[in-house]
Amino acid sequence: MHEFIQYIQSYLRPNVTVPPGAAPNGGNIFWAVVYILLVFAGVSLGVICMNWLERKILAHMQVRLGPMRVGPHGLLQPIADAVKLLIKEDIMPAEADAVVFWVAPFIVVLAAFTVFVVVPFGPAHAITDMNIGILFMLGVSSLSVLGIVTAGWASNSHYPLIGALRSSAQMVSYEVAMGLAVVSAILMTSLHGLGLYGVGGPDASGTGTLSMIGIVQMQQEQHVWFLFKFFPLGLIAFAIFAVAMIAETNRAPFDLPEAESELTAGFHTEYSGFRWSLFFLAEYSAMIAVSSIAVTLWLGGWLRPFPNALSGHTWDLIFSFFPGLTFLFLAGMCAYNVQRMPKHPFFKIQTMGLAGFGAVLGLIGLILFIPPVRDRVGDIFWFVAKVAAFMYLYIWYRGTFPRYRFDQLMKVGWKVLLPIGLGVLILTAGAGIVGLSLSQPVTH
Amino acid sequence: MAPVATPFFFYLLAATMIIGGILVITRKNAVHSALALITTLLAQAGIYLMLYAPFVAGVQIILYAGGIMVLFLFVIMLISIERTIKERQFNKQWLVGIVAAAALGGLFIAVYTKGKSLFPEGRLIYAETQNTQGVAALLYDQHTGMYMFSFEIASLLLLVAIIGAVVMAKKRI
Repeated sequence: MHEFIQYIQSYLRPNVTVPPGAAPNGGNIFWAVVYILLVFAGVSLGVICMNWLERKILAHMQVRLGPMRVGPHGLLQPIADAVKLLIKEDIMPAEADAVVFWVAPFIVVLAAFTVFVVVPFGPAHAITDMNIGILFMLGVSSLSVLGIVTAGWASNSHYPLIGALRSSAQMVSYEVAMGLAVVSAILMTSLHGLGLYGVGGPDASGTGTLSMIGIVQMQQEQHVWFLFKFFPLGLIAFAIFAVAMIAETNRAPFDLPEAESELTAGFHTEYSGFRWSLFFLAEYSAMIAVSSIAVTLWLGGWLRPFPNALSGHTWDLIFSFFPGLTFLFLAGMCAYNVQRMPKHPFFKIQTMGLAGFGAVLGLIGLILFIPPVRDRVGDIFWFVAKVAAFMYLYIWYRGTFPRYRFDQLMKVGWKVLLPIGLGVLILTAGAGIVGLSLSQPVTH
Repeated sequence: MAPVATPFFFYLLAATMIIGGILVITRKNAVHSALALITTLLAQAGIYLMLYAPFVAGVQIILYAGGIMVLFLFVIMLISIERTIKERQFNKQWLVGIVAAAALGGLFIAVYTKGKSLFPEGRLIYAETQNTQGVAALLYDQHTGMYMFSFEIASLLLLVAIIGAVVMAKKRI
């Protein structure tokens, strides 16, 4: 019993800098399991938040109110939706291929959630660290297309089949451009120079890494986010990825596999109830997953802004207040809206609910100010904040761009993104070689 | 990382592969066969992981399970299932089949009984964290890289195949 407690505590020491799954001697299985549960719960919570935020933000972009009835400002709407989906009748078409129809949603959900095994929320805050991290993420997330294709085929219906064909063509095409953009970022991990153009630095040549944690550490060592490295090459590679990741997750303006005006609902037309909600869950968690790839590769992962330029104890302290301040800001928003709620007795329960929600947010904010908590959650906060920015962009795109035609989609993928990606890759390698030769020591 | 429950996972993955492989040839529905093949390939990736070759495992998932099998399914889905179900599944080459199976089985038995003398004693061990870098060093390093030329030739083969596919599929280029 005593040994077991020691085993659990061994991961809690402040000097632990590796994730529980990757610690020496087989890692710490207990904490790995805890992290798996935490990440699963966190991603599911993120999906619930996204559900509410997407409806509210889209509504406000279109000068509507969005959900207002269930809970104050519709805050309980996602829960009501989830309950509705769970108790809905589950229909399977009579001519459908039962086994494949049953398996398809699980393939999609498994692929969407398995990738989070390597997502680094912090140097020690990941389930595990794999030497092939980014390769694992791309590979497993590409498996989700299998689920979509089989779902469309097993429904034995025309719209789903067309949707599945579209989605597989789209995802396979954009995987190429995505891969090229990722390779150019991985290439940057091996060019050890400092700053924007990688000139100078300790040792200009070296091996790169595919590990998600390693990639972020390389950005820290090179004093630059890969977004700005070899400016504007990193920026272009990031732009290619940013377009390709929307096509990969089948989101507007590339949501042709489920274009409702042409295909009713695309590959999941015949799905209802719980199975449909699995597709929904998988789509949103895949969005979070590809956003976290982008954040890790180009935006410095868990690093706070300016970790090198504004270094030192004072700046660390100032930046460590951000998580708590964010929650206090949200609590303040709640308080402001409590005061704005209609004074009619009919709204009394709603007002009390909103006040309670604000109180919980404020309490979380205060907890985040406690020094040990503050030190521990800073990296998670910055990672989640960057991912949240991407999630907002997803909603913004959906509210802004009209849907592309399929031939336009293919043209963008193969004739625009692919050549530019190849060019950026070659230029990155060239810039690396130039930087390498400039910074060679002149002793020989 | 220290191996955990290795024999258990080996037998689990091997059983998955064998069952998947049998399903591939016995299912009449081509989509079911393809799904069984995907299961087999994923279990194979697991075996690679157990052999401390994570890079090969990752490439296996990306290329075979994620890439090639999607294209397989893409084609198979457009085939009329009703007709394939009516077709006879096995042809009459059972004599050749028995000879081939016997030869393969003999090979397996030979490897099982005399394996120790057939294979080198030790094996090249890269630590798991060094595996990807080890592959790159074998291919490209100035001093230890010896397979770069053959590797590049293989990519040329693929290029020829791509151009051939385009030429055959398109009437007018």
